[in-house]
Amino acid sequence: MNKSLRLIVVLTTVSLVSGFVLAILNKYTAPRIELNQNKALSEAVGFVIPDKKTCDVRVIEGLSFYIGKDAKGQLAGIAFVAEGDGFQSRLKIIVGMDARFEKIVKIKVLQQAETPGLGTKIDNDPTNKTNPQWFSEQFCDLAVGKEITYVKNQTADKSKTQIQAITGATISSKAVVDIINQAIKTHRAVYLNKVN
Amino acid sequence: MAEKKVTLIREFTKGLWDENPILRMVLGTCPTLAVTTSAINGFSMGLAVFFTLVMSSLIISLARKLIPNEVRIAAFIVVIATFVTVTDRVMAAFYPEISAALGPFIPLIVVNCIVLARQEAFASKNPVGRSVIDAIGMSVGFTLVLLALGSIRELIGNGTIFSLQIMPRNFTTWMVMALPPGAFLMLGFFIGIANWINAREKRA
Repeated sequence: MNKSLRLIVVLTTVSLVSGFVLAILNKYTAPRIELNQNKALSEAVGFVIPDKKTCDVRVIEGLSFYIGKDAKGQLAGIAFVAEGDGFQSRLKIIVGMDARFEKIVKIKVLQQAETPGLGTKIDNDPTNKTNPQWFSEQFCDLAVGKEITYVKNQTADKSKTQIQAITGATISSKAVVDIINQAIKTHRAVYLNKVN
Repeated sequence: MAEKKVTLIREFTKGLWDENPILRMVLGTCPTLAVTTSAINGFSMGLAVFFTLVMSSLIISLARKLIPNEVRIAAFIVVIATFVTVTDRVMAAFYPEISAALGPFIPLIVVNCIVLARQEAFASKNPVGRSVIDAIGMSVGFTLVLLALGSIRELIGNGTIFSLQIMPRNFTTWMVMALPPGAFLMLGFFIGIANWINAREKRA
């Protein structure tokens, strides 16, 4: 066989076999991966809207809203995913709001890869044995008529919409605050405009 | 016959110490430094490399006479990339938590020097059985070092191994061990100790 023809035939065969194997694999794993992602998301929505029994997804102007209803079919809360850059990684935070979009119910960090031991405390602080989730719990029941601000080295005043930043991870703390502020602003405008 | 058996065992054990990919050849240090923040991460990475390396060596050793010299690297990479993708997708489907912890480092096994080096230096020149044994030895050596690095960094940086509390509760964790500098420090110690032991053996 001609030399260059042989090169082409070999590489083409190798690639074809590879593509075939991957196509078959994808057929079996893709539904499972999607299932995992949906499961993680629905657990997260359940976490930030504790009263929800059922949940609808509504996409308004390109923004996704997870609308939770309680056992009686009443609106229990609205959740959405806030996304932005942290100190060194992309942050994804799910925010649960009350039915009138005035108060945060709960938040949960879905995805982060911040500095281990410092920035990762936004999700889990193993040095705080009594309450490892103290940072995200500060956002519980926070009224958001005003923008959230953070304080350092002093006690945060919840009535002033303040939260306490993490020592050694001010940028990660600030990023969480900024991302949530921004997301609440855009989501509230779109949602209230559409619903009322 | 007896002599051949000894060499096969040698083919396996060389990966554990004499030609250990990390301690002796200093290959694949990028994932080594990046993922060994905890014992479970180091161990999972080791397993992922194990699967990729053994399967790639098997296939490439089988096809070694069919692949022309000019396109061998391209062919190796396609085979390696296929198995890496298989590992990545299977992990995402069945072990989503480990998959999330290892992040981009699973797809990056494609460019891990250990895998390509074994194909180029060994599997493309040796029979199937021998290549697979070589791959198993190399990846076991790699996994053991990653497991040891991960365990020590997790122990000092977080007071735990495999998330089990080992250190007393009031132990002050050394944050630096969980951060990138801790990886360099620990790997430096490991390679230093390995060199020291080897130097002593030579003198004896």
